[in-house]
Amino acid sequence: MKVSVRDLTKIFPARGRKKGEDVVAAGHVSFEIEDGELIGLLGPSGCGKSTILNLLCGLLQPTEGRIFFGEEDVTDLPAEQRGVGMVFQNYALYPHLTVMQNIMFPLQNFKGDRKLSREEIKKRTDEAARLVQIDGLMDRKPAELSGGQQQRVAIARALVKMPRILLMDEPLSNLDARLRLQTREEIRRIQRETGITTVFVTHDQDEAMSISDRIIVMQSGVVNQIGKPQEVYDSPANLFVAKFLGNPQINTFRGAVRGGEVYVGGDCILPADGIPDGEVIVGVRPEGLIPAPDGALGCRLRGVEVMGRDISVLAEHDASEAATVRSIVSAENIAMLGGGTVRFDIKPGKAFVFAADTGLRLDGRRADG
Amino acid sequence: MGKRSAKGWLYLLPAILFLGFFLVYPLVDVFVYSFEESYNFASQTYAGVGTFNYSYILRDPYFLQAIKNTFILVIITVPVSTGLALVISLALNSIERLRRLFQTVYFLPYVTNTLAVGLVFMILFQRTPYTDGFVNLMLSWFGAGPVDFIDGPYAAKMFVLCLYTVWIVLPFKILILTSALASVSKDYYNAARIDNTPPFRVFRKITLPMISPSIVYLVITGFIGAFKAYSDAVALFGTNLNAAGMNTIVGYVYDMLYGSSGGYPSYASAAAIVLFVIVLTITVINLLVSRKHVHYNS
Ligand SMILES: Nc1ncnc2c1ncn2[C@@H]1O[C@H](COP(=O)(O)OP(=O)(O)OP(=O)(O)O)[C@@H](O)[C@H]1O
Ligand SMILES: [Mg+2]
Repeated sequence: MKVSVRDLTKIFPARGRKKGEDVVAAGHVSFEIEDGELIGLLGPSGCGKSTILNLLCGLLQPTEGRIFFGEEDVTDLPAEQRGVGMVFQNYALYPHLTVMQNIMFPLQNFKGDRKLSREEIKKRTDEAARLVQIDGLMDRKPAELSGGQQQRVAIARALVKMPRILLMDEPLSNLDARLRLQTREEIRRIQRETGITTVFVTHDQDEAMSISDRIIVMQSGVVNQIGKPQEVYDSPANLFVAKFLGNPQINTFRGAVRGGEVYVGGDCILPADGIPDGEVIVGVRPEGLIPAPDGALGCRLRGVEVMGRDISVLAEHDASEAATVRSIVSAENIAMLGGGTVRFDIKPGKAFVFAADTGLRLDGRRADG
Repeated sequence: MGKRSAKGWLYLLPAILFLGFFLVYPLVDVFVYSFEESYNFASQTYAGVGTFNYSYILRDPYFLQAIKNTFILVIITVPVSTGLALVISLALNSIERLRRLFQTVYFLPYVTNTLAVGLVFMILFQRTPYTDGFVNLMLSWFGAGPVDFIDGPYAAKMFVLCLYTVWIVLPFKILILTSALASVSKDYYNAARIDNTPPFRVFRKITLPMISPSIVYLVITGFIGAFKAYSDAVALFGTNLNAAGMNTIVGYVYDMLYGSSGGYPSYASAAAIVLFVIVLTITVINLLVSRKHVHYNS
């Protein structure tokens, strides 16, 4: 099912009689989700991800804007009739019911000509359980399951009724690191197998990048960028997106554009095609800084850090926004480091220029997003 | 026994002594009295040992009347008050505005003195040479004849007693149930909403199981409380309950000890033991039945 969101706005009015600030949890949000896509809704805590999800499923009513499932305008349809499946952040499994009873709960609500026979319900419950691989735990209560198992029950319960779209609100946030990796692969597999259009909320950029067809990056209720994970990473629309994606974080420097060149400190590091003179912020991904004896950017060397296969060269620069400048390199380049300073070459395509005041991307490289 | 556990017992000693003196000893003593024939407080003597006291009270029409009254009271008021409290709590839980106000209003009877409430009920129901009482006035609007609720037919008196009891116990039950309802996470209701669950199914499959521990608590304490009813009857019908035919088991025990026909501790003890056995049996049955149907969050 295709989903279109047009100009969606949700304002929570200020509390009480005191004239406080209204909270704009979502401001003029628009996007389209293709049929069968898995969309990652990504942003820091409090940016309005849950709000968007609750607007999609109908638990919240928008202040403004429209929501379409396919061609149907569902904005005024109550949550009961939207036919979406939802996996809640804390799963919301009914604690007094067994796994089987939990999964079949939505099916038993079908009425009229959708009403299912007992055998039909049993069959579809078993199918859903098998899909998420919990068919051996059907008689347990939720409290007797591990976090990952509970999460799979929640997915089965959301999938069993064949929802038009599937919504997941940070479903992995309660799991430990290893289980999280494992379960996100699982979610990807289940989504591929069922082909159900899915919106997956997370504040973890790794998670979003690894399983989404496309990601929507949000900040303070506003959509910053929409695109394929790699595209967004390679071509961030603004400084916020550039900083939010990527681990380790992008290096940022205060710089200036003078006569068609980008300067950081005294070094001229990039050509500035068509960027007007003025203050800028230059972002360089850690893998875009390559140590070279005659590199463009000079920094004070602080040390070398080996973490598994990655080797980080740590340095300092007066114009850097963060205390440390980090470059990730392969082992053979290490030998030539020595002395108090290190110079880096800037890899094209790994460095971006942003306006110092608005944070918007200035260099022309950015793709449409 | 190690030094540590000796120390532990030492700490427990005051509590054990206190409970022993004021709780265990009287209980055992009552049990003993109930088998001693014609026990006399003053001389500390008795005529013999046996089940005479029991066979006496079980043939005493006043005691049988008291048992009948108590059972009717229990069977009517426990389900009615619990059900009514549930309905009111659900209503309170579903409104947003004025909820605080209504909660306070419903709680007021709980902090009101039983006898004061009894007085109000008297005004509502009692016939005097000057007036038929407020309820009879209302009945007359519908063309029904005056009924003497305080001094009249048994059914009318029972009705007032049950009504009074329900009214007295309602606030506490509403308090317990509203807080139980409020503690059910909204997420379950949201999940049920998204799955298009009909309201009655939500109540039966989610709300009821979630608050079932509170309901069981209320039913058990309700049974125990109603079996021990006494002051309610006094508040409505005065101290001579036997004459009014409205005595309760506890009332009978009291009368046997101190009433105008009192001075029979042996009979009183036997009656108390009978009450104890009844309450114990009912409570055990309650617990056994509820164990199957109650969901305790662990
Ligand atoms: N019922 C409400 N009343 C008032 N403000 C609210 C309400 N619900 C959310 N907000 C505000 O709206 C903003 C967005 O909240 P939302 O729950 O959508 O964030 P989120 O992106 O899901 O965050 P998290 O990652 O922490 O779950 C926040 O600033 C929050 O304080
Ligand atoms: Mg959230």
